[in-house]
Amino acid sequence: MKHFRYLDGVATLALDTDTCIGCGACVEVCPHRILALRDGKAAILAPDACMECGACATNCPVQAVTVTPGVGCASYLISVWLHRLTGRKIDSACC
Amino acid sequence: MDTTAGPVPRVRTHMLASDRLGTALARLGAIRSHYKVVPGLYCVGNPSPDSPVLVTANYKLTFDAVRRELASVDAWLLVVDTRGINVWCAAGKGLFATNEVIFSVNSAKLHQIVAHRRLIVPQLGATGVAGREVKKACGFKVIWGPVRAEDLPEFLDNGNQADQDMRTVTFPLKERAVLIPVEIFLLWKTLAWALPTLFLLSGIGPGGFSLPELWHRGLAALLTTLFGLLAGCAVVPLLLDRLPWRSFWPKGALTGVIGGIIAVFLLPLHGWPEWAAVLLWATTVSSYLAMNFTGSTPYTSPSGVEKEMRLGIPLQALAGVAAIILWLIAPFID
Repeated sequence: MKHFRYLDGVATLALDTDTCIGCGACVEVCPHRILALRDGKAAILAPDACMECGACATNCPVQAVTVTPGVGCASYLISVWLHRLTGRKIDSACC
Repeated sequence: MDTTAGPVPRVRTHMLASDRLGTALARLGAIRSHYKVVPGLYCVGNPSPDSPVLVTANYKLTFDAVRRELASVDAWLLVVDTRGINVWCAAGKGLFATNEVIFSVNSAKLHQIVAHRRLIVPQLGATGVAGREVKKACGFKVIWGPVRAEDLPEFLDNGNQADQDMRTVTFPLKERAVLIPVEIFLLWKTLAWALPTLFLLSGIGPGGFSLPELWHRGLAALLTTLFGLLAGCAVVPLLLDRLPWRSFWPKGALTGVIGGIIAVFLLPLHGWPEWAAVLLWATTVSSYLAMNFTGSTPYTSPSGVEKEMRLGIPLQALAGVAAIILWLIAPFID
């Protein structure tokens, strides 16, 4: 997205160019258009603009592109941390 | 309308007052967890077996957002059961998923109703739907539709072609602003116990417990909380791209400090411990709520949120505890 930037160097997006077959599915579905085909293979144009939604990984037929998608909600993460610390049930109430 | 597979309900493409009221209540948060349409096949206009099939979720806000763009369109509307959740969230949660789309296609007997084998699936559904797998399982090819329903008519007119803008998610002011009511609404359970607690703590003083103090100081505590709430839940979303720093907790801390300074000037406070408590409390509340807003944005990665929380939460906890201690001891220091 043009003027919204989040943290650099954290996204878990990874691309194995050797496995990639250049089908272009990942390029088509990315909501921030950070993937493109270069020389018949996919390439990550802006790794720090990745929001880890997982659309690319879900649609890759050979699992060349991978990412660890998750819920980017602070209260949910707190709930998970508390669960790890105290065994308290994870609260998924808001969505 | 009647089809070879039975009758298919036709839906309006214009909104009624009841639809608009429903939208408003869902946006406020009141009915958002129970605002669904029955999943299944619907139609708009007068579709034929050659008309396009548009796939969507059974959250009524979504369903309405789609159908109101289809005034001049003849199409089939396949509504997938996403438990009343919108396309993108449902896709992330595995509800708007490959198998659910396949199930919906088969359940609606779509093979008997349309002659072609194409499904137009919203692009944001790609998080949960593997197009290739849908085709393998039921023979319908997935064509990714535009991100926004408003681009559907143009998309369809262009022969199912989307330009880069149609495939890019944005986060303009209007879309940020519309999230504010629900962010505040979702706090009601927390406020229901936190505010009475603040009042009770405010009544503690040198004479033991005092009701007038509970009221006056409690009110100041409540208003401080309100300032922090507005700073974090309203100002941060509105000024999101203009506030410094990439992380959200400092953005909230900044608006919170400013809110706290305003509160110190406006509220009848006694002594420096109360001023400090008000400043710290407004900052903490705002920082925490702003950090929570990351879950409502379309560009923050969960990895990034986790990273900023590792710094933000300890700082908020420290400032919050300090604020409470200062507020408690203030009546004893004067």
